Amino acid sequence: MITIDKVTKKFRKTTVLDSLSLELGKGDRVALIGSNGAGKTTLIRCILGQYVHSGTVSVNGLQSRGNREKILGEIGFVPQIAPPLKMPVVELLHFCAGTARIDVDSIIDICQRLEVEYDVLKKRPFSKLSGGQKQKILIAIAMARKPELIILDEPTANLDPHARQILFEMLAERGDLPVLISSHRLEEVAGLVNRIIELDRGRVVLDDAVEDGGDMSVRIDCRITLARTDDAFANTISGWKFSTDENRTTWKGQVAGADRLRFFGVLARYSGLVDALEMGSKQENQGDGK
Amino acid sequence: MDTRILTRMIMKMRPVKTKVEPMRGFWLATRLDISESLRARWFVLYSLVFGGIIVILFMFGLTESRVMGFTGLTRLLVTYIQISMAVLPIFILITTVRSLAGDREAGVYEYMLSQPISLSAWYWGRFAGRLVAVFVPVFLAMAIAVFWGVIRGAETPVYHFLWYSVLLLSLSFCFLGIGFLISSLTRSSDVAQSAAFFVWLILLLFLDLILLGLIIRAQSPPGLVISLALANPLQVFRTATMMLFDPQLIMLGPSAWLILDNFGHFGYLAWALIYPFVLGLMFGGLGYLVFRRGDLP
Repeated sequence: MITIDKVTKKFRKTTVLDSLSLELGKGDRVALIGSNGAGKTTLIRCILGQYVHSGTVSVNGLQSRGNREKILGEIGFVPQIAPPLKMPVVELLHFCAGTARIDVDSIIDICQRLEVEYDVLKKRPFSKLSGGQKQKILIAIAMARKPELIILDEPTANLDPHARQILFEMLAERGDLPVLISSHRLEEVAGLVNRIIELDRGRVVLDDAVEDGGDMSVRIDCRITLARTDDAFANTISGWKFSTDENRTTWKGQVAGADRLRFFGVLARYSGLVDALEMGSKQENQGDGK
Repeated sequence: MDTRILTRMIMKMRPVKTKVEPMRGFWLATRLDISESLRARWFVLYSLVFGGIIVILFMFGLTESRVMGFTGLTRLLVTYIQISMAVLPIFILITTVRSLAGDREAGVYEYMLSQPISLSAWYWGRFAGRLVAVFVPVFLAMAIAVFWGVIRGAETPVYHFLWYSVLLLSLSFCFLGIGFLISSLTRSSDVAQSAAFFVWLILLLFLDLILLGLIIRAQSPPGLVISLALANPLQVFRTATMMLFDPQLIMLGPSAWLILDNFGHFGYLAWALIYPFVLGLMFGGLGYLVFRRGDLP
């Protein structure tokens, strides 16, 4: 699918990618991890044909820079930082639908599935939306194109747990869709991937397969019992769409299988408060996002 | 016209489904740039400046005509054109490089150019959109002035109006080309703005009033002086608009003979129309080559 052969990218005297070679095949769901400046975003931009570099990057046998338009037609991309576009949401959607030759309604459908209030937001300048709303719209644009490859640069940074769950379900629905996810932290994306590539100063320092977490659409029943009530915990867990009893000491909800490490990370902050944690049987999602 | 109404009109325009698919990206980029310009503060200011110039000229024109009555529009148009020559290029240069280099800095290019749109469609589409955005307010201000004058019973200077319009279009095209080249060459909006200002200043210095005067005093060969005048798009525009008002170029002095002997009246007007256009196309094309061969974001 993607062949990266001895790619070197320099900015003035700084080498950001250093003779990097990689092969990403169909069915690969890759976590691209590494610290700031490791070269993750630069590598993504090389794949998208946005940087000139030495070495070759080809997607399905086509050189990425020379065949930009054709290759980008098969790639869905969500950037790390949403562009500060002043245009209204509706106009952005029309532009992207126009370039990808798809119906704008297919983007709107995904927006609504991600619980974006499209009718409310459509006339607002894109730059005035919240971080989460922008991210959801960009995800909708990327997914609506039914891409052959999806590249997500820090995809879950601004998404609430519920939206992440829906994103995981959408990825699961696409079956063997190759995914390249860049992230600072492995636990953010660990449940989503079957391969990890770590970059450091423009070189691959780790390329390892991980145990496939199985179906990304899986949800796990979860019950948390607290030693006492706590407003901060209530606030946090409400973001995961958990509900509670009258005493506010028992919370129930569902966690996306791919998100469980992240969920444990959240609970770790309240470890002194949690009396019991039960994680029950896995449930297959019906695909309606509810 | 209210920019919001214009924006809505642009929004209602859907990309035309034609059999020529490569044009689709071009029209999308053109539409995008026009609607972005209509929303931008620079456009409001730009329209107000040119609308304001016309209003002010009318006010002063009416004051002058108390003695003789309303005497016509030719003088008003000449003054408008002379002011436009000073204001239009710097406005085009600064707003173009600011928005293009600013977009690149802010990460707009990273996202928009991750869409399946060809680089030529993106670049030339934005060029066309920007040309519409910078030319229409200047043209409309002039057209409204002519319309208003006609209503007031003045003679319609159709010939002057048409020539001024095409000369302004050519000048806009030229400076847009320079602006796009500067945007392609520079990586930050600060550097781009400084470069744009510098270019404008150089061309301004080469107007006959300043540098050419010095060259003449230093007894440089007349051929060099005339060549510099013919190479400077601002001077070419200025001379051509003067020629429309003063066909013998009496105001220009002895150099008028050389121009009229070598070019003739229509020959020079044709030069003034074609040369800035070709220059703009050349600079714009060079900018495209730089843009296509370099890093996009």
